[in-house]
Amino acid sequence: MRWRETCCVAFTILLGAWASGAQAQSPYGIGRPATAAEIAGWNIDIGRYGSNLPTGSGSVSHGREVFAQQCASCHGDKGEGGLGDRLVGGQGTIGTTRPIRTVGSYWPYAPTLFDYIRRAMPQNAPQSLSDDDVYAVSAYVLNLNGLVEADATLDAKSLAGVRMPNRDGFVGDARPDVK
Amino acid sequence: MSSTIDADDESARTTRRRFLQGGTAMAGGAVLGANAAVAAETDNLPPAVPEWMKRPGEPMGSQPYGAPSPFEKGVVKNISKNLKQYISASGRTPLQELDGIITPNGLFYERHHGGVPTIDPAQHRLMLHGLVERPLIFSMDDLRRFPSESRIHFLECSGNPGYTKPYGKTASDLVGLLSCAEWTGVSLKLVLQEAGLKPEARWVIAEGADAAALTRSIPIEKCLEDAMLVYSQNGERLRPQQGYPLRLLLPGFEGNMSVKWLRRLHVTAEPAYSREETSKYTDLLPDGTAREFSFYMEAKSIITHPSGGQRLSGYGFHEITGIAWSGHGKIKRVEVSVDDGKSWQEARLQEPVLTRALTRFRLPWRWDGKPAVIQSRAIDETGYVQPTLAELLAVRGENYFYHNNAIWPWRIAADGEVTNALA
Repeated sequence: MRWRETCCVAFTILLGAWASGAQAQSPYGIGRPATAAEIAGWNIDIGRYGSNLPTGSGSVSHGREVFAQQCASCHGDKGEGGLGDRLVGGQGTIGTTRPIRTVGSYWPYAPTLFDYIRRAMPQNAPQSLSDDDVYAVSAYVLNLNGLVEADATLDAKSLAGVRMPNRDGFVGDARPDVK
Repeated sequence: MSSTIDADDESARTTRRRFLQGGTAMAGGAVLGANAAVAAETDNLPPAVPEWMKRPGEPMGSQPYGAPSPFEKGVVKNISKNLKQYISASGRTPLQELDGIITPNGLFYERHHGGVPTIDPAQHRLMLHGLVERPLIFSMDDLRRFPSESRIHFLECSGNPGYTKPYGKTASDLVGLLSCAEWTGVSLKLVLQEAGLKPEARWVIAEGADAAALTRSIPIEKCLEDAMLVYSQNGERLRPQQGYPLRLLLPGFEGNMSVKWLRRLHVTAEPAYSREETSKYTDLLPDGTAREFSFYMEAKSIITHPSGGQRLSGYGFHEITGIAWSGHGKIKRVEVSVDDGKSWQEARLQEPVLTRALTRFRLPWRWDGKPAVIQSRAIDETGYVQPTLAELLAVRGENYFYHNNAIWPWRIAADGEVTNALA
């Protein structure tokens, strides 16, 4: 009996030492805390309604310049496509037999356009554009699609306010659809 | 010698041509190995003793990391020629050249959206943040300290194949964006529990450390069911093309969601609606609406022998074999028709039959030498039956693009040539 009690006490002490040495509530105590600065540096996710959009702004006219330098070689001068996707036009074609899927005709949310351009474009140098330049290119692409005026300047609030034509075009997965 | 070769008469030119052909044959033999000399086709057949038994072979250490026989040099990934660019592109597994259910790592299909990064594992980190009690950062050494597990699962690209012509010639052309491996890593559930999920956690946004920073949203239910953080494939560390040093694996879900080069998991209340889950990887219906978050790869099968591009040597016995799989679980049954779909026979399934893994099926067959159309259809444990292309097109239309799991028939001509019966 005494031996068993001794073992039990020793085990409890060891368990306590292990738990306080590691992180108290983590089952394995593996990993280290992520700091707010580290998370801010890596979290580039922009919500569909604009959450986490950064400060800054960009105009359609500045976007036209950035687009010509950084984007046109793949997407065409007016976003008509080439090596890269077509970005402009196609509105009204999505329900036809020859749909043309572009930012203007298919993309459901404007803030996620900022998200994608910032994280992945231009393809040869992603995450190289400043936030102001990403706002500007977003504004230019939206202007080419007739969704903002030529004199527009977009920031977090105004970009989130752009309603995309195909916003309500998506439905859930109804499969299995063949029985 | 040189004067003979330089002599301008017909016999000398013939001699020279023979000499050059002989030299080419010798060079080819040297490439194939010291033992492969120029020999008549019968020199190594019974009753003769083969050349490769008459002297020692290559010494130990001549290949520190093994490679296939030079005679198998044609078995490589099937990569489309003349693509507009190769940074966001795919390469297919040569399914018709492979046996069993495991895909060799060098032939595992590839799809990447921003090229293949070269990542130093010592400098790679996984960040886990958002709706968790304790945001955490893990090194690769940290992740390998968690209890590990190994499981065999298939991975399949959602666009495998498209719905419209031109259809591919071979099994690889059609469904080669499909592979299967034994994966080793840690259950994602364990890692999420380490950080502590908040009650409002519903989705996990996964992000790759590639030039596309590829981003997909995964329902929390899948993360807690069978999702894995994988660092090894078929016993060795992941290849760069498969996400070295760390990838997500979501068994049964479309391949692009199993984010490679995984660097971040963002626990959220709603999806990211990222480009790859709205502009791409959505299924456009004839009425102009598009299905989003269509994750599962439904039951499917393909005959890999005899299959397109092959030729039967003659009438008589030929084993029909192929692979079946389902993102919804185990394959329950595979049926094969050798009479253009008029009747169906049950194929034998090779054990083990694993959930969300390739299953090998076989049917003995005697070809009578007449033209025939052969095809297979899979039935999974939910009772779902693999449909025909016509059935899919009737519901989905031609602009659906992804998740084509149609039955694919092969036509066998009287001369034994096998071609795509729908092409």
